[in-house]
Amino acid sequence: MTTDYRALAREGLWTNNGVLSMMLGLCPTMAMTNSATNGLGMGLATAAVMTASTLLVSLFRNHFSQEVRIPVFVLIIATMVTIVDMCMNAWMHELYKVLGLFIPLIVVNCLPFARFEMFSAKNSPLPSMADGFFMGVGFTLALTVIGAVREISGSGTLFADASLLLGPAFKFLEMRVLPPDTGILMMILPPGAFLVTGLLLVAKRMIDERSSKAAQVSAATSAA
Amino acid sequence: MSSQRTLIHGLILGAFCLGFGTLLVMTNGYTKDDIALRAVEDRQNSLAQVIPESIHDNNLATDTLTLKNDQGNEVVVYLATKEGKVTGAAFETSSPGYSGAIKVMLGVDLEGKILGARVLSHKETPGLGDKIEVKKGDWILRFTGLSLGNPPLDKWKVKKDGGQFDQFAGATITPRAVVKAIREGLQFFDANKTKIMEFKTETKDAEAGKAPAKEAANDD
Repeated sequence: MTTDYRALAREGLWTNNGVLSMMLGLCPTMAMTNSATNGLGMGLATAAVMTASTLLVSLFRNHFSQEVRIPVFVLIIATMVTIVDMCMNAWMHELYKVLGLFIPLIVVNCLPFARFEMFSAKNSPLPSMADGFFMGVGFTLALTVIGAVREISGSGTLFADASLLLGPAFKFLEMRVLPPDTGILMMILPPGAFLVTGLLLVAKRMIDERSSKAAQVSAATSAA
Repeated sequence: MSSQRTLIHGLILGAFCLGFGTLLVMTNGYTKDDIALRAVEDRQNSLAQVIPESIHDNNLATDTLTLKNDQGNEVVVYLATKEGKVTGAAFETSSPGYSGAIKVMLGVDLEGKILGARVLSHKETPGLGDKIEVKKGDWILRFTGLSLGNPPLDKWKVKKDGGQFDQFAGATITPRAVVKAIREGLQFFDANKTKIMEFKTETKDAEAGKAPAKEAANDD
């Protein structure tokens, strides 16, 4: 059986996007997107953990029974998160100071569980890893976009402190879009997360609807 | 039959727990020392912000003294010494802000003058209360050089309460909490000054924390 990696990528990034389509992992999505940098950091940490843990689940998929699969999933994700947490604390401490807060939150993200159940437990390691990775990247994209919208409207900056997360080379990302003290405070508070996530959902549905209509029209014209 | 199946599931789960548990123990073993080292470095960094390097020649993070404050909580005091003499002290003080405790690291010299104050952690409203961070504004720097008598104790309040410290537009509770934390920190230092100054000479007594004798320092 060959795997269509391009389809996996499209699924993870757009059609089946964890946040905007499956609406999973909304707790970290709401909590961690008060700036684009935070969203990006949370997304990257989640993507790393998901890639590693989907691989593990897939490797062990023939060794655990259906009845105990949920505890095993919990075990795997909790172990991976703890390992990532400890390693980052020890060897990537600057990054840990920025991301440290987010990492334990990955445990409560439903997205990895959904992928374990739907994909990794049924597929061989490599496609599972690819699925975990693309789902993670899709999650990262959604969080970064939500974070960017909230940060611009709320504090008037974009990617503030990105150099702390990604290193000094990414200083150029940090910019001020609006003059200081003009932001709408509500946008970086929890209500802003709900508003922006909702608006993005609407936007995605509208784009999907338009493209499916276009596909129907072209199908109809070619049939005629 | 069914109890046998249950047993098998239990064994499978147990085996997974054992395996991943071992993995965690190993990772912990590998990273433990580095994590402890990083924690000390972090503490040194935050201490270096409140104690100027010119007044000490020791390792601030390791020369510590544990004292009890008025509420009966333990406070770790980091001591600055130069040529064996105590020249200053730094400790954490906190006060409830708008949401959760605001923790402040306070550095004080022997006259009770503030060498520096920094907010270590807080959960205040972004954009309103977070101006207490040195990264977002220089408000916290204005405490440097002040002491319990300067301004007088009844002026250690925000302006709204008749004191001398500015509050921010839209946020009074946060600065009020910081002022309170710093004032209480200074009072804590005042109450424990003799114990702090005796460090090194009577380390054992002070560290045991069993020196309730509050007799005025007669060896000073």
